Amino acid sequence: MTTTTTSAPEIQGAGPEKQGLSQGQIVRKRFIGNTAAIASLVIFVLILVLAFSAGGFMGIPGWWKYTHNEVNDLINGGRPTLQLFPFNFGEHPFGQDRLGRDTFAQTMRGVQISVLVMFIIGIVGGAFGVVIGASAGYFRGWVDTVLMRLTDVVIVIPLIILAAVLGQMASRVVASNLQPLALGLMVGLVVWTGLARLVRAEFLSLREREFVDAARIAGASSTRIIFRHILPNAVGVIIVFVTLSMSSAILLETSLSYVGMGVKAPDVSLGLLISQNQEAFSTRPWLFWWPGMFIVAICLCINFIGDGLRDAFDPRQKKFSAKRARDVVARRPGPAGPAKEL
Amino acid sequence: MVTYIVRRLFTAVLILLGASFLVYQLTALSGDPLADLRESNQPNKEQLIQQRVELLNLDVPAPLRYFHWLGGAAQCLVPFVGRCDLGFAINGQPVTEALGRAMGMTILLVTGAAILAVVIGVCLGIVTALRQYSTLDYGVTFMAFLFFSLPVFWVAVLLKEYAAIGFNNFLREPHIPPATIAVISLVSGVLWYICARGTVKRRLLAAVTGFVLAAGILWALSVTRWFSTPGLGLAVILIAGVAIAFGATTLAAGLKNRRALYSALAAVAVGLVSYFPLQPLLAQATTLMIALLAIATVLVGIGIGYLMGGYDRRQNINAAVITAVLVAGMVLLDRYMQAWPAYFDNSRINGRPIATIGSETPNLQGDYWVQGLDTFTHLLLPTIALLLISLASYSRYARSSMLEIMNMDYIRTARAKGLGERTVVMRHAFRNALIPIATIVAFDIGGLIGGAVITERVFAFAGMGQLFIEALLRVDPNPVMGVFLVTGIMALVFNLIADLLYSALDPRVRVKV
Repeated sequence: MTTTTTSAPEIQGAGPEKQGLSQGQIVRKRFIGNTAAIASLVIFVLILVLAFSAGGFMGIPGWWKYTHNEVNDLINGGRPTLQLFPFNFGEHPFGQDRLGRDTFAQTMRGVQISVLVMFIIGIVGGAFGVVIGASAGYFRGWVDTVLMRLTDVVIVIPLIILAAVLGQMASRVVASNLQPLALGLMVGLVVWTGLARLVRAEFLSLREREFVDAARIAGASSTRIIFRHILPNAVGVIIVFVTLSMSSAILLETSLSYVGMGVKAPDVSLGLLISQNQEAFSTRPWLFWWPGMFIVAICLCINFIGDGLRDAFDPRQKKFSAKRARDVVARRPGPAGPAKEL
Repeated sequence: MVTYIVRRLFTAVLILLGASFLVYQLTALSGDPLADLRESNQPNKEQLIQQRVELLNLDVPAPLRYFHWLGGAAQCLVPFVGRCDLGFAINGQPVTEALGRAMGMTILLVTGAAILAVVIGVCLGIVTALRQYSTLDYGVTFMAFLFFSLPVFWVAVLLKEYAAIGFNNFLREPHIPPATIAVISLVSGVLWYICARGTVKRRLLAAVTGFVLAAGILWALSVTRWFSTPGLGLAVILIAGVAIAFGATTLAAGLKNRRALYSALAAVAVGLVSYFPLQPLLAQATTLMIALLAIATVLVGIGIGYLMGGYDRRQNINAAVITAVLVAGMVLLDRYMQAWPAYFDNSRINGRPIATIGSETPNLQGDYWVQGLDTFTHLLLPTIALLLISLASYSRYARSSMLEIMNMDYIRTARAKGLGERTVVMRHAFRNALIPIATIVAFDIGGLIGGAVITERVFAFAGMGQLFIEALLRVDPNPVMGVFLVTGIMALVFNLIADLLYSALDPRVRVKV
């Protein structure tokens, strides 16, 4: 969306009359207009499709011929065979490690596991944050006090210790192929604090608004008020926060795996791959570059998507901006440049 | 106000008690502290196990052991008794000892990175906000997101490979090939083009200037083999000092204020004049002396600004102090550079100065400057890694904060009454934009002390993070608790400071009493 085109009628104060858009439509339109966010979304989806189709998932075999822990013969010292012109995967596109395992298969598996853990952390953390923040903000009083002191306690405890201890406990209880799930679940249980505070603040201000009073007078129950009246108004803040926290979640997961407290061999995650291969940087740099590039790419995409969502949801955008108005006047009738909001 | 602080501190103590209990239990639950002994096949295995059980009171259940630990830790609160007991680590070392040393290292690492990140990040954020939607803005925004997405352990490996091993190889034969000079100069030209403002002609001129400057400097550095015997010398200090004087005056007072400009230039002159008398003094430097000289520098700056007089002495003082501090910094840097050959040829260093791991070279012999260089070379890589990652968020915060301020009504008022752009930005916008940033910084510093865990681990830097994670991996609760106590207290105290700072800086915000 080019802001200039929408704000121009606003300034003149007399736009042509047309049917208004719903809140959801406005947000969607703004998001789709954000080139960086849409490009990131496309790249992110492509990475996911590549990773899940190549490696296979949940017992469905993928199209790639090797699996991540299959030991093959070393071909050409394990060098990558990927060619761009003409495009050709070759035998081992991302190369092989010392034992002859296929780096492409490992990286794809790593992406799967890391992204899976990331989504679980995001969903579990988001759900906890919303429930705790909403209860504290809506009910106030002793509920608020207890929940917020609990939040303070969890905030003070270093995240890495909680994640490490809970992850280790989980890995002892759960079967090894479900380990990443357990890790995500456990880490999700401790990363809700920021969101809880945010949702609480949002609820504290929303619950005083007239439409909530109206609903209460009409006889709506607390549950109905929370879920039907307040939550939809806070959903933008929540979505943005959860998206951006996912990018820190993937970094957290890779960091934990890196120090040996997250996903453990024989399973792979992107952090674990780098940790295993960092010594080989001078001899087999591809073992280190590919997983790292994928972490950076995924994280960067999510950050841009989150930033785009924030712009799309931000109600302050509708406000009149003197600078923008001046720019519009100054630039007219020249072409409106791509505008990105913050 | 006092009631508020006392109440907050009281809650903080309760939170700390609850959290410390949880941390102790979690650490104790995370594994078996005797695992390594059980698997060993030493003949006196039973005896060793018995020893460790006695040392760590492992026969007592963990919840009770916590209160034993708490009893010892509570003595730390009694000042000047020196009976602080945080228990023993699994290897028999008292935790207080290990913690003290680790804390010093971590603070050394974190302070430098935090100050640099805040200064550079805020400057970038302000500049990008003032030039919203420019190429510079998009470029910096993209870089910020990129840095934000970098896993620190990945950056660490790259830094070790290129900034340490590569640079050390380069230092063996410090000759810059023409191709490299060309590439770096081209990049510099492009950067100048992006940063310059105005018509295309003017920007192209800036690009050419940037290209020629970079090429000239690099060529001179290569020809004079500067990297083997670095130094600034009087000439460079003079030129850079005058440039700094003009820059500082532009920011602090505006070039129209001649008295401020003369104050800044006088500060440069004093710095240059004292350069030679200072050299013999600096030869026997101690930390105390450097600190006293730093204070003297600020005082000289204030004195010059005050004596210059005029209608607004404060502007003179600001310009003179900024200039004096920066010029003094250059003199100090010059002295460090003079010690470089001695450090470089030291038998412990052996011509490979940039360290990839560790926090100091063991058994290094040398004077104050050589020791200082040793610390620098060890701090360099972890500081860059920490800097890159925290820089991004500060520049984003500063940008959005500044953008919001620039749209305020009082900025329009300031412009409408005819104030210059410098006054509007520096006096009206910048100061107000700093309010939210100040609270975020205070909040972050509390977390940063404990947040360098991964960085310290990758660089094998013997700080608190390293102590923490090693203890955690060995199921050793006492060091974990020691580190937690420090980070927890820091987090809570800085949290309180952030809130107080906010209400002190912004009179509209009142603390709830």
